Amino acid sequence: MSVVYLLAIGSVPGQVLDWMEETVADWCPWPVRRLPAIVFPEDSYDAKRGQYKSVDIMKVVARSAPSDATRILGVTEGDLAIPTLTFVFGQAQLDGPVAVVSLARLRQEFYGLPGEVTVLRERLAKEVLHEFGHTFGLTHCADSKCVMSLATHIGLVDNKDERYCGRCGAHLVRSFAASDGEAK
Amino acid sequence: MKKTWPILVVDDEEVMSESMAAWLREDGYRVDTAANGQAALELAKATDYAISFIDLKMPGGMDGIETMMEMRRIRPEASIIIITAYATVDTAIQAMKEGAQEYIVKPCHPQEISMLVSRILKLKKLQNENVILRKKISRKYKHHDIITKNPKMQELLSLTQDIASLRSTVLICGESGTGKELVARAIHYSGARAEKPFVSVSCAALTETLLESELFGHEKGSFTGAEGQTKGKFEMADGGTIFLDEIGDISAKLQADLLRVLQERRFYRVGGADEVSVDVRVIAATNKNLSEEVTEGRFRDDLYYRLNVIEIRIPPLRERREDIPLLAEHFVQQIASELGKDISGISADALKVLIDYDWPGNVRELENVIERAIVTSHNGTLVDSDFAWLTQRGNSQRDWEVPDVPLSELERRAIIAVLERKRGNVKEAAASLGIDRSTLYDKLKRYEIAH
Repeated sequence: MSVVYLLAIGSVPGQVLDWMEETVADWCPWPVRRLPAIVFPEDSYDAKRGQYKSVDIMKVVARSAPSDATRILGVTEGDLAIPTLTFVFGQAQLDGPVAVVSLARLRQEFYGLPGEVTVLRERLAKEVLHEFGHTFGLTHCADSKCVMSLATHIGLVDNKDERYCGRCGAHLVRSFAASDGEAK
Repeated sequence: MKKTWPILVVDDEEVMSESMAAWLREDGYRVDTAANGQAALELAKATDYAISFIDLKMPGGMDGIETMMEMRRIRPEASIIIITAYATVDTAIQAMKEGAQEYIVKPCHPQEISMLVSRILKLKKLQNENVILRKKISRKYKHHDIITKNPKMQELLSLTQDIASLRSTVLICGESGTGKELVARAIHYSGARAEKPFVSVSCAALTETLLESELFGHEKGSFTGAEGQTKGKFEMADGGTIFLDEIGDISAKLQADLLRVLQERRFYRVGGADEVSVDVRVIAATNKNLSEEVTEGRFRDDLYYRLNVIEIRIPPLRERREDIPLLAEHFVQQIASELGKDISGISADALKVLIDYDWPGNVRELENVIERAIVTSHNGTLVDSDFAWLTQRGNSQRDWEVPDVPLSELERRAIIAVLERKRGNVKEAAASLGIDRSTLYDKLKRYEIAH
């Protein structure tokens, strides 16, 4: 039986993991389970940039995957970046088992605004569905309302709907079936 | 369509190239990575990357600029984005001077890269479309798209291929509508000048003064209304071909000017004092008998010999009736598709009507006739009644319209036409013409008509 695992890197509120579990469970046919949180890997923090190295976080998430994991989604409060880009909202292995999402830039506080739970919940759901879609081979969608559309700033995340467009949804369902077949 | 674009990321630090590649893959691109300049060049030999991101500083081998320069040798059209952590104006200027399309300082905002990539790819797409359109035009006018199974025409097409890459002047003779411009374009687009302009001028359409200005351009104020310097068709065609249609209709002065251009490849703009040099191939065409025009003193013999270096005579459609079914089917398919009509072919009876008609307007007339039939037809196949008006018109034309030619030429044409209608049967042709067989044989000999 395949399982989708959720993993917190560093301290993450339990409520956030509840939201993630609900979001993923709504969209996939497998059970969703949580793994015990892990600490940030050594050297994953880039003090000069004040950010975490997304590649290092992805590696540690991959190493934490149990043998029955079909997908493993990491979540962290750390602001993630790769060397070429100033930040990433999250990262995923295209058609691979690992993805990670950062809460840092999804929070209103990052932009100097008072925190809003509903906004955070909505943004997190979109980002989780987006990275989850990548792990099933979906690339960015041209439909700006589709959750798979590219967001290079928070405004574009807010502009999306919390759903896949028909085409991406159909691709996902086919990929679920293929992935289930492989697992069996 | 972006999903098919290949992108290359070159950096000695694997974490940098792989993370960038992963980010671009999420956007749907096929991304390769290389750890050094040498590896990048090997990849670039095998794949024509739409964009190459190259890190400026790569120790222990070729740096980013050297890699870029080598890559340009392999792929002159490559779009290269130099990435560096060292934001100095000097390196930026150097990278751009050496041909980098863009220059980014890492880390950069995802939106910046996203916009940069889509801007470059949009341009690439336009360039590719341009290449495809050029190829389409080129294919359209290549010799193998001229439809014929007539031996004379096939010989003619073979000649166009042989002369395509020469600069020699060509004179194309043929009645109106035989496809003189099509043959001229086939010569142009099959040769080394295909990438350069093909400029067509109808010499009969303009007055002498206008034609002079049209051909050679004019300087500001050279005549009323000449507000600025304007390039003529000869300058526009530089490097390519100029097609001078209906050359037999130009004035004596223009004949002299044209002779000078053909001899010296130089001319003056109207009202200009400076000579303009051009490298242009001239293809001229006429529906007149130019040698007769020379004999009559209406056309300069020296210009005639300059133009007539290679002569191509396109036979009229009535002398290649075997092509009528092929051409008719071709036009039906093409025009029905253009007009969105569901017409798949042409019946045998309808084809017989077309084959028997004399086509004074040649292939162009056939095309127009088929278009008219397609527009008015309500069937899935064109039938003989769709062309009933043609027979009536043809008969009335044959009855009333006599071309302006000597009587002997009329007799010659009448004999050829009747012989063709009777499929070469001399006995039947003689009966039809109301003369006996031996008289017809005498006339065939006199007019040098093969039968």
